[in-house]
Amino acid sequence: MTWDWTVFLNDDGSGRTYLQWMFEAWRWTLAVAGASWVIAVLTGALVGTVRTLPNSPWVVRIANAWVELFRNIPILVQLFIWYFVVPRVFPFFQQVPGFLLVVFALGFFTSARIAEQVRAGIQALPRGQRYAGLAMGFTTAQTYRYVILPMAFRIILPPLTSESMNLLKNSSVAFAVSIAELTMFAMQAQEETSRGIEIYLAVTALYAVSAFAVNRVFAFIERRVQIPGFIVAGGTGGH
Amino acid sequence: MGGLDLTFLNWELIRNFVLKGFWFSVQLTIIATLGGIVFGTVLALMRLSGKKVLMLPATIYVNGMRSIPLVMVILWFFLLVPVIIGRPVGAEYSAIITFVAFEAAYFSEIMRAGIQSIPRGQVYAGQALGMTYGQNMRLVVLPQAFRNMLPVLLTQTIILFQDTSLVYAIGAYDLLKGFSTAGKIYGRPEEAYLLAAVVYFVVCYSLSYLVKRLQARIAIIR
Repeated sequence: MTWDWTVFLNDDGSGRTYLQWMFEAWRWTLAVAGASWVIAVLTGALVGTVRTLPNSPWVVRIANAWVELFRNIPILVQLFIWYFVVPRVFPFFQQVPGFLLVVFALGFFTSARIAEQVRAGIQALPRGQRYAGLAMGFTTAQTYRYVILPMAFRIILPPLTSESMNLLKNSSVAFAVSIAELTMFAMQAQEETSRGIEIYLAVTALYAVSAFAVNRVFAFIERRVQIPGFIVAGGTGGH
Repeated sequence: MGGLDLTFLNWELIRNFVLKGFWFSVQLTIIATLGGIVFGTVLALMRLSGKKVLMLPATIYVNGMRSIPLVMVILWFFLLVPVIIGRPVGAEYSAIITFVAFEAAYFSEIMRAGIQSIPRGQVYAGQALGMTYGQNMRLVVLPQAFRNMLPVLLTQTIILFQDTSLVYAIGAYDLLKGFSTAGKIYGRPEEAYLLAAVVYFVVCYSLSYLVKRLQARIAIIR
């Protein structure tokens, strides 16, 4: 077979080249992944923290149920539920743009995984850390705020890196509800131009570049916030 | 409140659409797990062999697969497999080939961790008995690595079962497709998606509960 990279310079029928279209799609991918990441980390941190609270069995149970619910249903099915079922049952969501519904789906799906990491990170801390906070006269909330969470977040940076890269990859399911991201672009441009190999190669490269960038950013953060002598494993992040 | 109506549900629908898709999802999961473990173990052994000619291709393959979204891999194989084989293959066969190839990369990382978890003394013991490299791997290291990693392997299988729904991208007839087809024909797509979620949840939750039990038992034995 022969290469034909000039396919990217062709007009896609709306006055832009396939190359321009691809970079627009890349921006959508990054936007979906970025916005979902914010929801995932905030919700995941909250749910994960709640799961380790002492003496509040009911809140812990609800948080555990959250994790099980969002972890045991495939992302694609969750996406369809946010996109098709939620607006049907709650009419308020009919005014919410499709982009946001996708962001909720991906964000909450990932939050369950992050909550699991946050819980594991908190439980990996020596019990003395908690007692030290209490001995200082901190309330439970203050102990978490000033002692436990700052430590736990540093511990979970390596798995959080992998999960953030996963989120970026999972954003590809957004094609299924016609968000104009990279996978959607790849499928449509492949149909229109029949140069699937070139298109898929370019899109795959963009995914790999984005994932690698996420990896580097986290490696940088990890180096900046490490506590000397504490984190033994010394994660290189995302491998 | 746009109410949901589940009265369309009947045995005929389940038999005609859902079971057909469910059976394919299960087949795909089992074949991809077995194939993934076999090829994944080969990849893991290549990466641990210490020989550059084996290490390099295996490392590139594993890291390459792991850095691309599964949906893209599915599309790649759907495009390439017919070109390589020289004749068209259906979405279902394409999905099976993709999942075996893709999961091998993930299972190889699990098996690699498993092999590395075996104390060096075990290897030396095998060598002291005069075992060849192959015998040592087959009779001493791999059985223990496999047992140590069993819970993780099963957890990966549960994830794999969820991921089979992504064959939606090439239109293969899996469990999700079965529900969405039924939903379209009976004019109740929303309800169909909800039911799909319930089925996936029940299957995955029960399996992960069993894995948790197994993990506790294995932990006690050791």
